[in-house]
Amino acid sequence: MYRWDFWPVLANADLLLQGLVNTLAVTGTALAFGIPLGLALALARLSGRRLLAWPAGFVIEFFRTTPPLVQLFWFFFALPVLIRVEMTPFMAAALTFSIQSAAFFAEVFRGGIVSIERGQWEAARAIGMTPPQSMRRVILPQAVKRMIPAFMERAIELMKTTTLVATVSYADLLFQANEIAQKTFRPLEVFTVTAGIYFVVILLFSLIARQFERRLAVSGESTVH
Amino acid sequence: MNYQWNFASVFENADALLYGAVGTLRIFAICLVLGLSLGLVVGLARYARNRLLNWPATAFVEFFRNTPVLVQILWFYFALPMLVPFEISPLMAAALGISLNSAAFSAEIYRGGIQSIEPGQWEASRALGMTGLQAMRRIILPQALRRMLPALTNRAIEIFKMSTLASVVAYVELLQQGKLVASLNFNPIETYSVIALAFFVFLFPLVRATYALERRLAKGD
Amino acid sequence: MADPLLRTIGLRKSYGTHEVLRGIDLSVLPGERIAILGASGSGKSTLLRCLNFMEIPTSGTVELGGRLLGSEGRGGGARVYAERELTQVRQRVGMVFQQFNLFPHMTAIDNVMEGLRTVKGVKAPAARERAMAELARVGLTDRAEQYPARLSGGQKQRVAIARALAMDPELLLFDEPTSALDPELVGEVLGVIRSLAEEGRTMLLVTHELGFAYHVATRVIFIADGEIHESGTPDEVLKNPQRERTQAFLARHREFSL
Repeated sequence: MYRWDFWPVLANADLLLQGLVNTLAVTGTALAFGIPLGLALALARLSGRRLLAWPAGFVIEFFRTTPPLVQLFWFFFALPVLIRVEMTPFMAAALTFSIQSAAFFAEVFRGGIVSIERGQWEAARAIGMTPPQSMRRVILPQAVKRMIPAFMERAIELMKTTTLVATVSYADLLFQANEIAQKTFRPLEVFTVTAGIYFVVILLFSLIARQFERRLAVSGESTVH
Repeated sequence: MNYQWNFASVFENADALLYGAVGTLRIFAICLVLGLSLGLVVGLARYARNRLLNWPATAFVEFFRNTPVLVQILWFYFALPMLVPFEISPLMAAALGISLNSAAFSAEIYRGGIQSIEPGQWEASRALGMTGLQAMRRIILPQALRRMLPALTNRAIEIFKMSTLASVVAYVELLQQGKLVASLNFNPIETYSVIALAFFVFLFPLVRATYALERRLAKGD
Repeated sequence: MADPLLRTIGLRKSYGTHEVLRGIDLSVLPGERIAILGASGSGKSTLLRCLNFMEIPTSGTVELGGRLLGSEGRGGGARVYAERELTQVRQRVGMVFQQFNLFPHMTAIDNVMEGLRTVKGVKAPAARERAMAELARVGLTDRAEQYPARLSGGQKQRVAIARALAMDPELLLFDEPTSALDPELVGEVLGVIRSLAEEGRTMLLVTHELGFAYHVATRVIFIADGEIHESGTPDEVLKNPQRERTQAFLARHREFSL
């Protein structure tokens, strides 16, 4: 029978905590760049101009269809050779996950935007708004509200995907866990605790997200006519 | 920016990459079958009124959906051998992680699909004297599966993408072979570009087919 | 005789091979109130929507205030309209929709202020004051801070009318403004429209309320198959229709409305 011993994990709790902070840093950075970039991609794809719509569509489909680990390797190992810059693991991770999540966010934005009734566009145009004004003042605010559940889900997916950065030696939670496991010869305890940490953090986020959705659903300014 | 592209060095290693591609297909097939069938079992268990079935199924789904699949793979590879008396191969660890993760996600698809069938269908089957299991198998599932098809093909595409994670435990698949080729020939750009493109070319038709399927189903049931 | 505020010549609109409008010639004088009648699918809503360019006409011309809109299309094809010109036209031509189309994420007063703020660039305090005045005109001062979800259909439509009025339109288009309302709510909306008529506003009204059209309109137009089939004073068209299709249409509707 295996004798569990969690002491080595506890002794290295500070390393795990640092790893968690780094995980959140990558996730936050990717969100900060990915959401605006995703909006830009969605608007380009919906623009009706081929010169904008086509490249945007390609970026979206390519980054949604290829495995994120391949993307990460490309940005970490290949891109530096191509443009001759020093690429840190964090930069590669931030770049990969910003673009990758932007591709997914773009589809969320697009879905939200096209879900708004034609009448809203017409009412905005009927009082003399230009298409950009209609988008900014009338369509997007309503669309964003409808997209929030999908946004939350995507953000949680993103956080799970950031574990891939461990493979390019960025010291995220998973990387730290691997280091500690090798150092202490206690992989069972370390990886179990690590899985537990991810579970708790992610569950916490989903609970907050669900609460937030419920609040939106009952508030008077819901998008119901 | 005047990098000299050299794809010849990639194609000279085509056999190594092809060998990796076979590994990718192998683990994909294993995880697809295991993940989707186990998912059905878990999905049905979640639908069951019996708590002894329902609760463990729910715990399973919540746990595997809310932890990263890479952590699951590494757990099976590094941690599980401490508990079991046999070796865990890279393929076993990766296939376990990806299959169980996919089972959790597809369980939710099955559950949603089954719930989307109108209660009238259950009532009609029971009015004919069918048992719950018969109604599920003969009436509900066939209808639900049709509706779930886009979500399930999406899952399959996800599984295919996830198969690259097996490279982390050194299972020989396309990306793992790519790493090897890139480091031996100093041509990461060409190698990783070719691999990314290979995934895209292989998966994009499936993605398009899924879109088409979604549209067909949205139009009329 | 005064110059027409709005004039269309040979206005046509088709979707694919389906021709909805087949050459409409229409002049609207300042102060005129024109009721547009017709069976569903006759093209009456499309006509209205071509006047503020919710739909771009396939051919024909529209003049507003004596100025021809749009510019010659390439190779003599359909006229082309610049977005800039259309936004200006729409500021001068207000529209009220069947489905209200209030902005659900804004309160009643914010809905009314929106055009002033975003399109005309009016500062918030002035816009608010103006919006309050418009809400008062439609009798909804006390509902100013409510979101549309909390308003009845009749109240929503009155807010929508206030939203259109706030832009100081020279011409108001009503596209079946009471068709989506429960019967008991129709009266309050018609009341507001009647009061606008008494102010002497120029308006075009697509409606099925024949009685209302009779009392409020200065002219009635009956549309069939995308053409103006019959036109005249309310007495002429509604009481004394000359053409067979107008008579048939009225016979079908009279038992309900007049």
